[in-house]
Amino acid sequence: MKTRDLAYVALFAAIIAVLGTLPAIPVGPVPITAQTLGVMLAGAVLGARRGFLAVLLFLVLVAVGLPLLASGAGGLAPFAGPTAGYLFSWPVAAFVIGWLTERTWDRYNVLVGTVVNVVGGIVVIYAIGVPVLKAVVGLPWAEAFWSGAAVFVPGDLFKAFVAAAVADVVRRSYPVIERPRRAAGAR
Amino acid sequence: MTLTLYVPGAGVVHRLPAGVKLLALVVLAVALFALPSVTAAAAALAGVVAVGLLVARLPAAVLTRQARAVVWWLLVLLLVHAVTTDLRTGTHVALRLLTLVLAAAVVTATTRVSEMVRVVERLCAPLRLVGVRPARVGLAIAMALRFIPVLVERADRIRAAQAARGGTARGVRALRTTVAPLLVQVLQMAHDVSEALDARGADDDPPPRRRSPEVP
Repeated sequence: MKTRDLAYVALFAAIIAVLGTLPAIPVGPVPITAQTLGVMLAGAVLGARRGFLAVLLFLVLVAVGLPLLASGAGGLAPFAGPTAGYLFSWPVAAFVIGWLTERTWDRYNVLVGTVVNVVGGIVVIYAIGVPVLKAVVGLPWAEAFWSGAAVFVPGDLFKAFVAAAVADVVRRSYPVIERPRRAAGAR
Repeated sequence: MTLTLYVPGAGVVHRLPAGVKLLALVVLAVALFALPSVTAAAAALAGVVAVGLLVARLPAAVLTRQARAVVWWLLVLLLVHAVTTDLRTGTHVALRLLTLVLAAAVVTATTRVSEMVRVVERLCAPLRLVGVRPARVGLAIAMALRFIPVLVERADRIRAAQAARGGTARGVRALRTTVAPLLVQVLQMAHDVSEALDARGADDDPPPRRRSPEVP
């Protein structure tokens, strides 16, 4: 990995950390935070591989004892708690968003980006987070879904749109994802 | 925002190597799930609290803060189990969860970040076979820590510049006028940092036995 890629990875880990300092909206047990916006941005701006590593690096920073999660949580405890599944789903979400963004790079716009972010940032995160929540707490599926997913859908849809809008501006002014070779050669 | 969750101390728990404490945490987790007994879980919880408060002499706030984060879930858990299975199973699952969360909090509060980073680097050593260089992992961690205050400062600067021109943009417009330019700015900064690092030989093979940067 080039030093430049390493710097981008470190930058997005830092961006996710800073987004955690924005005030969280407490709705029941899982707070609505801006950090998933950072996860979506990491995938949409850096692509699959670097986006994945950026989120992984952020989780390492949390695990080694820095209070970087929203509302100042950190250390190893969040990884043992009921919402650990959401944390583990973040790198996967960034990877999926990055992969889809790379595939749609030539026709990327706010709409395509929003769809991509919804698939990676909402579907993937809930697909991993809700079953873990259910397993740790022992909730029935319906309760796990309502308390662990449904209340977040409006906020997450908005974040998916915001991430796509920002990624679209960055794509036109300072693209980080390289265009696939064959597409570049065809022009 | 405090810089770290580490609470300085000089007791036995603080002086144990980070790797030993992490291993103990894993052993505790496996044991808790292997022993299906409420008394064992209650004893483990009492043990963890005793180690945290009496042996490591941590302030009680360290433990209560982590307990508060999961207390809502514990109530839900007890309620659901009282309805679907029985209170005994619910108590067992709740004790197990609380014990693990508090044990993790004790490990975090008694271990310096720099020690943890060294453990991470050591754990990355086997990844050398697939081309991961542990020292590069340390470099990425150091860069991310340095970028956090830089990002806050850049965001403040853009906000101040806009206020000087009469008001700040709000809503969707702010995305184009504030967030996107900020992101482009810091991407350029990261690129400059990487070139500076390469110019100073960061891309070369590191010398053997390089230590990661000290972080409190």
